[in-house]
Amino acid sequence: MSLFEGSDLYCVRGERAVFGRLGFGLDDGQLLVLRGTNGSGKSSLLRLMAGLLRPAKGTIAWDGRPIARDPEGHNARLHYIGHLDAVKPGLSVFENLAFWSALSRGHAKPAAVAGALARFGLARLADIPARMLSAGQRRRLALARILAAPASLWLLDEPTVSLDAESTALLTEALAEHLREGGLAVVATHAELALPGALELDLDRAAAIDIAEVLG
Amino acid sequence: MRRFFLIVARELRIAFRQGGDASLAVGFFVLAAVLFPLGVGPEPNLLARIAGGVVFVTALLATMLSLERLFQADYEDGSLDLYALSPLPLEAVVLAKCGANWLLAGAPLLIAAPLLGILLHMDAHGLPTLIAAMLLATPTLSLVGAIGAALTIGARRGGVLLSLLVLPLYVPVLIFAVGAVDATLQDLSARPHLLALSGLLAAALPLAPFAAAGALRQALE
Repeated sequence: MSLFEGSDLYCVRGERAVFGRLGFGLDDGQLLVLRGTNGSGKSSLLRLMAGLLRPAKGTIAWDGRPIARDPEGHNARLHYIGHLDAVKPGLSVFENLAFWSALSRGHAKPAAVAGALARFGLARLADIPARMLSAGQRRRLALARILAAPASLWLLDEPTVSLDAESTALLTEALAEHLREGGLAVVATHAELALPGALELDLDRAAAIDIAEVLG
Repeated sequence: MRRFFLIVARELRIAFRQGGDASLAVGFFVLAAVLFPLGVGPEPNLLARIAGGVVFVTALLATMLSLERLFQADYEDGSLDLYALSPLPLEAVVLAKCGANWLLAGAPLLIAAPLLGILLHMDAHGLPTLIAAMLLATPTLSLVGAIGAALTIGARRGGVLLSLLVLPLYVPVLIFAVGAVDATLQDLSARPHLLALSGLLAAALPLAPFAAAGALRQALE
């Protein structure tokens, strides 16, 4: 049995069955890369893993315990980076990151925030309002959240979108370090990450199920 | 608890930096109330008679205006996902956002209300009751309105829908608040009305965050 595990998962959005009969298992230090065409359910699967969505059928469990039974505990151990950057244009770069870091830690830790900004090359921009950032810089600010507070499970939805090659390398490096320290990560991406030994899950193969199969 | 105040502080900071809908509420409140003497004529007795009602109806509309985008911006930029995944329960997040909204929109109304009362020739001995009733009514309006704001998230023309949902729920607050002021002006005790308003607040305080958080979870699915 794996540490983070999903079995026999079905996902229904609206009236449409997105995927079904899907399972995954992930252990310490492992990376799972989600592949699939647009609309194959990569984002939905990540939201299921985060507990933001509930599966129509099947369970996701951490250490044998379904995450739906302990949502607070699950929230405390994960970082979720979705399509949206959750960056407030009126606040400075530092304030944006410091808030999310303090909210998940329960106390402020300016050194960790500054460190995370520096890792993603934003140290020089710390005091400017976030509205001045480019799309790639906003993405980097969102990604800096994963370093500003510790969490064992990283769920990243298309993290490399609008990143340049250099920033993608920084992200890959941060991921490699996280995995070396025994962390888990699930990444939905179309890009090739230079991380050997990653598990892959192709959602196109889990698609094409009948909605009647889920309901009946 | 610290996380709760973090959210309040963040909301206040954002509002002060870019001036939100909430700070506009008091402007709307004053302007709308000033229209009444222009509309019904400057007859002091008439104005004094309707002063309580005018102040509360406009306060209620102003509060609703300030709530329209209470969760909308957080929903659109993805902050709501992160709130839902934070260690703080979503109910507490809702309560923190209502608290910040009250400080930004409700508290200025509280200060402006007696001035408008004077402007509308309200008898001076009715003013303390007016302030007390506003103090009890505005937090309830923020809390109840938050349910509507959470339900209309992502809806186009959410503002109109919000008024249709929320205004009927504001009726009891309006009745008791105006009742309190009228009672004082007729030299009766305002106590029962104020107690009813306190009761409404005591009910809204725990219940509204649960309802609003439920609606937000639904919106995130």
